[in-house]
Amino acid sequence: MTRLPSPKPLRLLGWLAVIAILGFVVLPALVVAIAAFNAQAILSFPPKGWSWRWFAKAVAYQDFRLGFRNGLIVTAWASSIALVAGAAFALALERYAFPLKRTLETVLLSPLVVPHFTVGLGFLILAAQLGAARGYAVIVACHVVLVLPFVLRSVYVSLRNLDPRMELAAASLGAPPHRVLTTVTLPLLVPGLVSGWLFAAILSFNEFTASLFVTVQRTQTLPVALYNYVREYADPSMAAISVIYILATAAILTFANTFLGLAKVLNVEPSR
Amino acid sequence: MANRPLLRLLVIPAALCALGFLAALAAVMQYSLRAYVPGSLEAGGFTLANFAALMKPLYARVFFDTVWISFLTAAFTLVLGYPLAYALVHAGNIALKSAILVITVSPLFLGEVVRTYSWIIVLGNSGFVNSMLLKAGLIEQPLQLMFTQFGVVTALVHVTLPLMVIMLAAALAHIDRDYERAAASLGAGPVRAFLTVTLPLSTPGIIAGVTTAFAWTFSAFATPQLIGGGRVNMISNLVYQLGFASFNFPFAASLSVAGLLLAFLMLALLRVAARPLERLGPH
Repeated sequence: MTRLPSPKPLRLLGWLAVIAILGFVVLPALVVAIAAFNAQAILSFPPKGWSWRWFAKAVAYQDFRLGFRNGLIVTAWASSIALVAGAAFALALERYAFPLKRTLETVLLSPLVVPHFTVGLGFLILAAQLGAARGYAVIVACHVVLVLPFVLRSVYVSLRNLDPRMELAAASLGAPPHRVLTTVTLPLLVPGLVSGWLFAAILSFNEFTASLFVTVQRTQTLPVALYNYVREYADPSMAAISVIYILATAAILTFANTFLGLAKVLNVEPSR
Repeated sequence: MANRPLLRLLVIPAALCALGFLAALAAVMQYSLRAYVPGSLEAGGFTLANFAALMKPLYARVFFDTVWISFLTAAFTLVLGYPLAYALVHAGNIALKSAILVITVSPLFLGEVVRTYSWIIVLGNSGFVNSMLLKAGLIEQPLQLMFTQFGVVTALVHVTLPLMVIMLAAALAHIDRDYERAAASLGAGPVRAFLTVTLPLSTPGIIAGVTTAFAWTFSAFATPQLIGGGRVNMISNLVYQLGFASFNFPFAASLSVAGLLLAFLMLALLRVAARPLERLGPH
């Protein structure tokens, strides 16, 4: 790859700008990390003393524990249901013609543009009208709808990249359609399925706005518990749990980048 | 037609999800046309009173602020996102590229609450920025950054940036480098080559990025709620307040519907405004 000629000062200026912008992106995470080790309950910069105690407090805090557990339950159900429904529909979309195909696709992708507070409010009213107690079912249903577009897209993209001759070969050797699906198509789709499921799980676990509408005290997920904490208290426990969050996110992102190729998943790879 | 049963099996789960979503939207539409019964969660008979009540300066202000904040956020995100996307696509070595990519997309995976809380610590009166400026002797009083539009837009730009960079980078990555080389070999300097070749060819990415940033910000909730602190309100904050502070769900629903219509209207306007730009893009 030959590089375009570009005068030194201009290149330097460009890189300085990029570093400054990246600094802006990581600044909040760095500041939170410093705040988490602040010994006092009241924040100050730079901290007057250092301590681990906010981590102990955050991990032991009952609402965070409950929120974490609830979040795992909701995320496990929502991402799995979305994976099955989304992958199946992506397959139907790519391989078959059927009535209302485009309409159904548009409806399923539209949660991307409808504000989450509208979706949350809708599921809240719907649950109230159906007389359904505000349990996990409503939260899971709401999350499935919100994360489905991401699964759909991820699986659809890997289906497009799949060589149809593999399936034709299996079919010509006498495999019935369901056998082709389970022995050829699905195994080849595994990377797309994994990245779609991972995306769905991360988004569901982090979903806040709609969750705020459809959860109650007993069923609140971690982001809702965190929000309630920020509104009530100002001590660095929240900073400590944020650090745990940031480290977990960084680990997952690095994993995704190493094993799935983030650039490929996000479609930002140069064409050549 | 041998595989029809298989097809049915593939479509039914997704169709059920679509039905659930449509039912939820229908519930909002229906509630927006129902009367509010004070002290009750049940809605009354059908009425247009909610929409009539929206025609007040108070709500006009919130609608205007929502559009303005979304516009500012989209514009600043574009300005910061472009150099980042350019560096991401053109970075020579893989490690550097990966580092830029992972750092750039990280805010997207952090969760709204954690991210917003981080910005509270950065922007607060005894927060990072003010402490540093006070210590450096540049200011004598802490700057009021929290509860201001500036604070809200700063935090919104931070979270919108990943989306913008992804869309811009996707467009930049698919530009044939030969065009840039051709411009250079014809004697165009790097600035000229960028302005006359790369920038115009990336317009589809710019349009997609700005549109997405706008729509995304329009529905932001946690950031204006916590950093705006009631002094900077967007439609989402008012909907929440009406629902959970006054339990006026019919009015909250009508505000949601109005917000949705406004969002679609603004996106349509953006599309019209972008039309002359599209001609600059690849054909």
